[in-house]
Amino acid sequence: MVKVLLFGKLRDVAGWRERLYDPPPATLCELRAMLCADDPALAAALGARGVQAAVDRVLARGDAELGANCEVAFMPAMSGG
Amino acid sequence: MIRLVDRPFEPGAMLSDFCARRAETGAVASFVGIARRGDGGGLELEAYPGFTEATIGAFADAAKERFNLHDVTVIHRIGRVAPGEAIVLVLTASAHRREAFEACDYLMDYLKSRAPLWKKEHGPDGARWVEPSARDLGDVARWD
Repeated sequence: MVKVLLFGKLRDVAGWRERLYDPPPATLCELRAMLCADDPALAAALGARGVQAAVDRVLARGDAELGANCEVAFMPAMSGG
Repeated sequence: MIRLVDRPFEPGAMLSDFCARRAETGAVASFVGIARRGDGGGLELEAYPGFTEATIGAFADAAKERFNLHDVTVIHRIGRVAPGEAIVLVLTASAHRREAFEACDYLMDYLKSRAPLWKKEHGPDGARWVEPSARDLGDVARWD
């Protein structure tokens, strides 16, 4: 099972903050493709400049493997301060 | 100290406390970011609990090393922030002023575009998510 978290604009676009997928896709790339296939608006937002992903709270690239019980966060361009 | 807080804080009190009981420190620099009054309805800040503090903490540690700081504090608001309230406080302590000033500048450039925080502005025409401006991205690139 993978827990997917969306932050900032991504959450507003998708209309959800957290979802569970079971069984989990094998890689971050596959998870992303699945999310994009489900929701074209989210697909566009995930493709925007500055979007990053973290697997179990570590920044990750597309080929990152997803473990049995992992947490994946998709984060839009960051803006604190 | 890295802290995310969900209610207003008093920057002056934190600065006084930060300056107290220091032996080697000859310089403390501070920066306070404030939610502009304008005609807006304030801000909303979102964090990724745990990840946000850890990420800012790792960056503060790097700043400490790079600028020979004695200490660093970052306080950042999350949740709703009303116009006029402090959003962020950065405090840096070093032996001499240059390092303290530069580290404060460096940490703020980082917080504006690389810290895992997301800011929504509430204005008269509705709400919009803020993204780093070209200037913000240029500012942080100065340090790479």
